[in-house]
Amino acid sequence: MKILVAVKRVVDYNVKVRVKADQSGVELANVKMALNPFCEIAVEEAVRLKEKGIASEIVVVSVGPATAQEQLRTALALGADRAILVESSDELSSLAVARLLKAVVDREQPQLVILGKQAIDSDNNQTGQMLAALCGFAQGTFASKVEVAGDSVNVTREIDGGLQTVALKLPAIVTTDLRLNEPRYASLPNIMKAKKKPLDLLTPAALGVSTASTLKTLKVEAPAARSAGIKVKSVAELVEKLKNEAKVI
Amino acid sequence: MAILVIAEHDNAALAAATLNTVAAAAQIGGDIHLLVAGANCAAVAEAAAQVAGVSTVLVADHPALAHQLAENLAPLVSALGRSYSHVLAPATTAGKNLLPRVAALLDVEQISEIVKVIDADTFQRPIYAGNAIATVQSSAAIKVISVRGTGFDAVAAEGGNAAIETLTGAEDLGLSAFVGEELAKSERPELTAAKVIVSGGRGMQNGDNFALLYGVADQLGAAVGASRAAVDAGFVPNDMQVGQTGKIVAPQLYIAVGISGAIQHLAGMKDSKVIVAINKDEEAPIFQVADYGLVADLFEAVPELGRAL
Ligand SMILES: Cc1cc2nc3c(=O)[nH]c(=O)nc-3n(C[C@H](O)[C@H](O)[C@H](O)COP(=O)(O)OP(=O)(O)OC[C@H]3O[C@@H](n4cnc5c(N)ncnc54)[C@H](O)[C@@H]3O)c2cc1C
Repeated sequence: MKILVAVKRVVDYNVKVRVKADQSGVELANVKMALNPFCEIAVEEAVRLKEKGIASEIVVVSVGPATAQEQLRTALALGADRAILVESSDELSSLAVARLLKAVVDREQPQLVILGKQAIDSDNNQTGQMLAALCGFAQGTFASKVEVAGDSVNVTREIDGGLQTVALKLPAIVTTDLRLNEPRYASLPNIMKAKKKPLDLLTPAALGVSTASTLKTLKVEAPAARSAGIKVKSVAELVEKLKNEAKVI
Repeated sequence: MAILVIAEHDNAALAAATLNTVAAAAQIGGDIHLLVAGANCAAVAEAAAQVAGVSTVLVADHPALAHQLAENLAPLVSALGRSYSHVLAPATTAGKNLLPRVAALLDVEQISEIVKVIDADTFQRPIYAGNAIATVQSSAAIKVISVRGTGFDAVAAEGGNAAIETLTGAEDLGLSAFVGEELAKSERPELTAAKVIVSGGRGMQNGDNFALLYGVADQLGAAVGASRAAVDAGFVPNDMQVGQTGKIVAPQLYIAVGISGAIQHLAGMKDSKVIVAINKDEEAPIFQVADYGLVADLFEAVPELGRAL
């Protein structure tokens, strides 16, 4: 079966972002960018399904600026077969991205679409569920285990109370959680090979999708800072402070 | 227009997160209706009718809603949502699973995990693991919003007297089916509701050593949490993870033991009232947010803490 994996270019998770002085957003100039960690897990899962002989082709798609081609090449180096970039330099809402991905799903007709559960920049946790709604597909969110069996897929989900397993009719949408797998590193020969794999460019206009949004970011501020604390010298001093100063025990 | 709040429950009891979400609805202002969708969930509807500030409880009781699968529940909520100005749900895994599907069916954008209501159209929410706070304004006809519990003090669970109305029209679309679940059983308080939390990280070395933390937690009536590293290493189950991509907590007291303080972990606990860090590395970033830091080997400090309490 064909698997579509959607990936996002985001600020590397090791970067502590800074808010711009004019409060218009966070500073992205000269900041290290990377494949969103949850998307990396999504690519890895697709590659494992291909290695098991379940998937026949892996198409990776990103919606983002031209520079997102770097992240698509990374996904190709990890084992995806071909890539699609829906190019837009605007900051798109999750609904706009879901609409664009829906148009790609219509063209590609995948049996399984795998996405990360959230992007670590917007922290929205929306796109997979929205895409599932627009396609009329079942959704297995926050997956820690994915087992394809015939025309359905069993997904074990990380929920607040523990784990839940659901059976989904294919085609279906899966969003990844941290424990689904541990992504591999791309080998040098695979990075070289990835450069020759096909990468198609599309635009929202070519897909006939409007990316208009009803959301406006008025300002972006730094969070309230915590005032500096103290170091205690012993457990006894700690207990004394918690009892008499902080009064929390 | 009125505000629709989706109640979180397990068909037996109303979850506390619902009360924080009703509090956010009260700040937006307007009539508050609470939707209880499930199967054999009459007891939950009774409890929902008691919640302070709720005028109407809508009950959809149908076998197809027993596990609140998003595929079956979202069409019902979106059809209902058309007559409301706002649709709110707690930003729990249940709310996060359901709400974007509702928003897309309504063809409106969603605002995730608000921590503050500025006015009926304008909200604040953390982005970039809480390293920035965005103020977002929506011009959508229906505002679909998930609510982070730590941003809003719960309304009273009792004192209300809402009318209960029954809804029909649920059906099983046959897209998905519940197979099973493994739920953590614990006598300790639930993480997001606990007043005190003791959390362990990779420094705990293995799952057995978490017994040290359980001992202290029981003396304090605390819940026990963990870092991602401790969960990934299999020391403890996933439902204990605190952080950007786990549970967001803000107890009166958070004690971090053998946790370095990565931004992803801080994102889940830095709004705690008092933070204590026990770590043998005095350079560990956790000390930058700790009110009280103890540089010590946890295997000596934690047993000593147990004896001192
Ligand atoms: C996409 C993404 C999402 C993530 N989401 C989360 C999340 O939700 N929650 C989360 O926690 N992390 C999350 N992380 C992981 C995060 O980046 C860190 O890797 C993780 O928090 C580290 O856990 P830790 O502090 O337990 O381990 P470490 O960083 O290894 O720290 C262990 C600490 O224990 C101390 N220690 C060791 N032995 C002792 C001893 N005997 N006595 C005292 N101290 C000792 C060490 O000095 C050290 O500071 C995420 C990462 C990514 C990429």
